[in-house]
Amino acid sequence: MTYIAKPKFHHPGLKKNELGYTHRDYEGKISTLCAGCGHDSITASIIEACYELSIEPHRVAKISGIGCSSKTPDYFLGNSHGFNTVHGRMPSVLTGANLANRDLVYLGVSGDGDSASIGFGQFAHSIRRGVNMTYIVENNGVYGLTKGQFSATADRGSKSKKGVTNTDNAIDLVAMALQLGATFVARSFSGDKSQLVPLIAAAIGHKGASFIDVISPCIAFNNHAGSTKSFDYVREHNDAVNRLDVLVGRDPIAVDYAPGTVQVVEQHDGSKIALRKIDADYDPHDRLGAQTFLARHAAKGQIVTGLLYVDPDAEDLHAHLDTVETPLNTLEADTLCPGSAALDKFNASLR
Amino acid sequence: MSDKKPLSSVNDFVVRFANVNGSGSASANEMFARAILRHGVPVSPRNIFPSNIQGLPTWYEVRVTEDGHLGARGGVDMMVAMNPQTWDKDVAGIEPGGYLFYDSTKPMPSTKFRDDITVIGVPLTAITNSTYTDPRQRQLFKNIIYLGALSALLDMDPKLIEQLIGEQYKGKEKLLSSNVHALHLGRDWALQNLKCPLGLRIKKSDKVGDRIFIEGNSAAALGAVYGGATVCAWYPITPSSSVAEAFTAHCKKYRHDAETGKAKYAIVQGEDELASIGIVIGASWNGARAFTATSGPGISLMTEFIGLSYFAEIPAVIMNIQRAGPSTGMPTRTQQCDIIACAYASHGDTKHVLLFPEDPAEAFEFAAAAFDLAERLQTTIFLMLDLDIGMNHRLCRPLKWDDAKQYDRGKVMTTEMLEEGRDFGRYLDVDGDGIPYRTYPGTHPTKGSYFTRGTSRDRYARYSEEGSVYADNMQRLVRKFETAQDLVPRPLQANAERPTKYGVIYFGSTSPAMDEAIGLLETRGHQLDRLRIRAFPFHSSVASFLAEHDFVYVVEQNRDAQLRQLIVNENGIDPVRLVPIVHYDGTPITARFIAKAIGDHQDHLKVTPLRKAVS
Repeated sequence: MTYIAKPKFHHPGLKKNELGYTHRDYEGKISTLCAGCGHDSITASIIEACYELSIEPHRVAKISGIGCSSKTPDYFLGNSHGFNTVHGRMPSVLTGANLANRDLVYLGVSGDGDSASIGFGQFAHSIRRGVNMTYIVENNGVYGLTKGQFSATADRGSKSKKGVTNTDNAIDLVAMALQLGATFVARSFSGDKSQLVPLIAAAIGHKGASFIDVISPCIAFNNHAGSTKSFDYVREHNDAVNRLDVLVGRDPIAVDYAPGTVQVVEQHDGSKIALRKIDADYDPHDRLGAQTFLARHAAKGQIVTGLLYVDPDAEDLHAHLDTVETPLNTLEADTLCPGSAALDKFNASLR
Repeated sequence: MSDKKPLSSVNDFVVRFANVNGSGSASANEMFARAILRHGVPVSPRNIFPSNIQGLPTWYEVRVTEDGHLGARGGVDMMVAMNPQTWDKDVAGIEPGGYLFYDSTKPMPSTKFRDDITVIGVPLTAITNSTYTDPRQRQLFKNIIYLGALSALLDMDPKLIEQLIGEQYKGKEKLLSSNVHALHLGRDWALQNLKCPLGLRIKKSDKVGDRIFIEGNSAAALGAVYGGATVCAWYPITPSSSVAEAFTAHCKKYRHDAETGKAKYAIVQGEDELASIGIVIGASWNGARAFTATSGPGISLMTEFIGLSYFAEIPAVIMNIQRAGPSTGMPTRTQQCDIIACAYASHGDTKHVLLFPEDPAEAFEFAAAAFDLAERLQTTIFLMLDLDIGMNHRLCRPLKWDDAKQYDRGKVMTTEMLEEGRDFGRYLDVDGDGIPYRTYPGTHPTKGSYFTRGTSRDRYARYSEEGSVYADNMQRLVRKFETAQDLVPRPLQANAERPTKYGVIYFGSTSPAMDEAIGLLETRGHQLDRLRIRAFPFHSSVASFLAEHDFVYVVEQNRDAQLRQLIVNENGIDPVRLVPIVHYDGTPITARFIAKAIGDHQDHLKVTPLRKAVS
């Protein structure tokens, strides 16, 4: 809002990251969401992950659709370009932006209405294409901005704040992302920063379509008894498959893992993900296994969180299209225009 | 047999081929048209095809026109009737004194013919069956055999056709020689069994000059290559798909890095038109030149994004290859019916720039120019083609490019400018032209970033719902649209020999028919000044033209006289002075139609003044 100014002063002794940026350099405007909103916790986790990764804030493009979640890019990375597009269409705009300049980090922020209803098609196709992006759905199972209608991720049988029972089947975006070929698939909970921050960091490091579904209770419209997206419900039903740490050539983002249950995954950009397995049998390289595991736990009413699948050797859309390494938006007439001599030849072939 | 003298004409007649879709006739028919061109005689061919892959009727019409009239003429002088499904209609459509060419293998009852035409039977099936055993070969060579027979009947030089076959099957000797053989099978049969040539003849001339023969969609796609487009996102839809396909082919030829072989372009077939325009907007927001090609239904789907492009000021180029609407309409028939839908696309107060090329050469030029305009004006530019220009081969002047030309990337604030401390307001008009500066994402660590949104905001891109802030922005957008007037291609005026108070306005694919109609009207004694509109917003010369004439005809190919509506709306003039001349049955407009409609109206206007009558 134009009338809310965020104070710029900060403590002179604030810790700096590798590039000399403080935490504050990754912040944005003051949030206009409801106090206590899960989305603000996700915003904080994004800020934390970008700070820890020492990403230059202005080299991130943050793109969103419409809704409460889609407002949040204004609240982090204030020195990045942001684009609040149209409802459900973040994925296509992000795809185009990525094609224009492959050198930036693309952060797509969406909600369950934005991605599972109006934008379900675009969600699916951007993932199918393997766009190099981190696609975060801030999933609260409800339309917050229009005051509490069910979304397509609301579980069948769950109750709205007004007491209405949802009779439609729920869409599980994680299951969809796995089926559609996402090469990094995770789920987390907005209230679990220690799990979420490393997941976001690892997703950003991943070269390919990364998808994170973050259950984020809506404290205004979906945090009551009978809701399956409330803080209490998610805490009780959360079943983490692993905890992870991201090592970016220096200190891991969180150092607290027990040897013997750790699996290290090295990604394309050289970053390493250390997975602390909670479920000893869980293999994050097995897409089919992940799908089965997810379905089995869903049947038991459990919400599986953690890194469910990663393909460290994934290829992205630019690789599929075999585009030049130079960002397309920097090419000028000298390299793009075939010139008059070629045109004369072309004309001659049409006589 | 004939009670009407057979038509006699050299280099000025219409041949129509009636075929079954998917029978391989298209390439033989196209070769017929090209062969006439090689005689130095202009032709104007048109595909009249169904929304179907195999089985339904399709026609290919070739207007042979030494005078260079490239619009459709109307009427058929010679029908090559190869489709039993449409026989009756095809025979009925022949001009009195015209010719009917048919496969006489199977005898037809005399009631199937007409007395006032010349009937030419060639036993095509019998000839093919006695020569070929493979059914596919029989089908394909039958087409070349009728081409051979026609070459004898119309007095064409077989060497020129052989040359074309040689070019088409270069390096494929077997196909080459078998096609030449088939050509002579038909030609020899006609020479031996029929009276050749007919009254309709091709005579060598020199009226083609250096002109080229190209489809508008291919030319527009090449314009995108020359104009620096690097991102193309599209969804298949007739009649626009061949734009993206041609862009792909042109890019394969011209846009791969010589050393690495890598692509200096990205083409994505979207899941729908929403995704296609979304990709274009994302790429353009990020500083690449991007476009999509679509048709009416695609435009309808894209309108929300078009509003975003207008309001958030993001460049985009949309090539709209118009077809007959509304709804699915007639997907394979031509119209100029999306003028209003594009000019005011999307909810709220919006206006968009439209370009109206008349032929492939202008489609090439305007396509390239569209990217400069889109980046200069930071908004959507529509390139308004139609099926008639887009999907037919049209004879036009050679494509031209000035190598000294640099792209106009518009107002982009660079790292250096930001470092100098230039005031950056994304929606701040610094010099009165209504166009603000933009920055590309990733330009500067601390300066120049902003949040792009479709919601209202102030000059520095900060969200605001203040009425005055909103109105200030909307007024600036009006100023920007006024700036556009002088940047877009200007109308072209051609005056009648004698001063006249009557004028005619037309645009796009109507052009060749209009030029020809002027001649027809002159012979009826009607003098008209012409104004060909080439873009919206209208240049001030449109208002001057309207002021200089008492009555102005607006000729267009849609039911509701959409360009006329736009002129009335934007110029605030008395609609009575603008007379609509509309043609909208899905066929291309003809000179005959225009001349009759305008001529009749002119005759009607020329009533004797009352005072004179009573005095």
